[in-house]
Amino acid sequence: MWALTLLVALLVPFMALALLERARPLFDIAPPGRLLLASEWRPLKQEFGFLPFIAGTLWVTLIAMLLATPLSLLCAIYLAEYAPRRLRELVKPPIDLLAGIPSVVYGLWGVLTIVPFIREVVAPWAREALGFLPLMRSDNPTGYSVLAGGIVLGVMVFPVIISTAEEVIRAVPNGLREAALALGATRWQMVKGVVLRRALSGVIAAVVLGFSRAFGETMAVMMVVGNVPQLPRSIFDAGYPLSALIANNYGEMMSIPLYDSALMAAALILLIVVVVFTALARIALIQAIRRAA
Amino acid sequence: MSRLKYVEERIFLVLMVASLVIVVGSLAMILATVVVRGLPALNLAMLTQTPRGGYYLGKEGGILNAITGSLALAGGATVLSFVLGLAVALYLQVFATDTRLAHTIRLALDVLWGIPSIVYGAFGFTLMLWMGLRASLLGGIITLTLVELPIVARAMDEVIAMAPFELREASYALGATRLETAWRVLVRQTGPGLLTAVLLALGRGIGDAASVLFTAGYTDRLPTSLMRPAASLPLAVFFQLGTPVPEVRARAHASALVLTIIILIISIATRSLTGRLKRHVIR
Repeated sequence: MWALTLLVALLVPFMALALLERARPLFDIAPPGRLLLASEWRPLKQEFGFLPFIAGTLWVTLIAMLLATPLSLLCAIYLAEYAPRRLRELVKPPIDLLAGIPSVVYGLWGVLTIVPFIREVVAPWAREALGFLPLMRSDNPTGYSVLAGGIVLGVMVFPVIISTAEEVIRAVPNGLREAALALGATRWQMVKGVVLRRALSGVIAAVVLGFSRAFGETMAVMMVVGNVPQLPRSIFDAGYPLSALIANNYGEMMSIPLYDSALMAAALILLIVVVVFTALARIALIQAIRRAA
Repeated sequence: MSRLKYVEERIFLVLMVASLVIVVGSLAMILATVVVRGLPALNLAMLTQTPRGGYYLGKEGGILNAITGSLALAGGATVLSFVLGLAVALYLQVFATDTRLAHTIRLALDVLWGIPSIVYGAFGFTLMLWMGLRASLLGGIITLTLVELPIVARAMDEVIAMAPFELREASYALGATRLETAWRVLVRQTGPGLLTAVLLALGRGIGDAASVLFTAGYTDRLPTSLMRPAASLPLAVFFQLGTPVPEVRARAHASALVLTIIILIISIATRSLTGRLKRHVIR
């Protein structure tokens, strides 16, 4: 049992080493720093620039976080501080269910609902009303866009942020709340001035956990994001996240030299970013809950 | 000035309720989309036949290959991760109670839980290259086990931690060893909770697509051998949604509905289990 447990603990470094080993041939043609910032992706000519894919991942992740962070935090505050017990017990199971829905089902929803909605409603409207804004130009008629990816991802991230943030907010001792209310604060003033201030690091950790969930999500995003290797210039442009790059090309990766190394390097990037962010968030959470209680 | 704080209170209350409505509403919208598109496509032939003429273009047949494939993949992985995860959780709770090692391992498990399944897929593929395996049911089960293991281990760890500490002290006082305490006392006491941990992992395993994409492959056939590729419901949705043939797209919609129903059943079972199955539980 001891050996098995140790093996599990060593799995993260082992995964990183295995992927690094497979990706190493790629680093012989160019140093990692150059590969990350190069934007030419022509596997047949042995050019592997990751920038479009990194940009694609960042675009969908940032849109998702812009959408999910305020909604999820407001939701978590409501559930922790305002909602009557019966309502809370009514609403928690659906939110947990949201976390359990498979990502292809989110993807299907995106393809059947969000993408047509962007194509028929949002993009034409934005072309009329917001075309002068740099990030809103829409010349992509398909609806498959970083915006669609961001919306679908945002919904997937809701339950992650809500459940963690709610737990952190609940851990704030009641004495603090009572003190604030006794001084004549309204509930919101109490939340804003006392509860959130005390729970701040934990709330940030909840958002970071949501971020790392969004960062590596694959199937749902690749179904709606268009998968064009370019640097998106508008929320209506198609993008091509790292995760989709891996999932779309595993079929031919063994037939083109260095292609498999490049895909494993993409997996390594995802692994490193997610591990660093998750580990920092988890450590912050442990401390936040210990300190609050 | 003093009125302002009540206005602020009102505004944020409205915003909070609106957010809650949006969050719960998006779940309702997802379920509605799946049911509206999936229900017309669902019939007995869909559930009892394999696709004919190829899953991508053939208009005839159903998704039995994907249903059985998913059950085999997730079932195998869940059994394996149950055994391994229980060992890890008991080690953490009984042998390494509250040591620095235990905290480090918990952190490692939490990090593993967060690693995207596409990375598990790439890692599983690398492992399979070393082992000389091709895309197969076995490869998929191994990879899914890695995906499920941190979930099972960490969830069980939390469940066992809830058991009253006096129970262990009583067991030790009667001269039981740590292993006997773990097996005869803690596992029985926390049985229902352990099962919910398993169901949680099973749900994740059935729904996961990115990890089995390169490791289990896809096929029109039923899973009969560990060395052959196996189909799965999530990939049935993914592959069949992209075709121009409406009958094939219908198979994708039906697959999504079947998948969602399985997830719903698991989720409801988890909920009702927490209340029951408490025969051995001492309170």
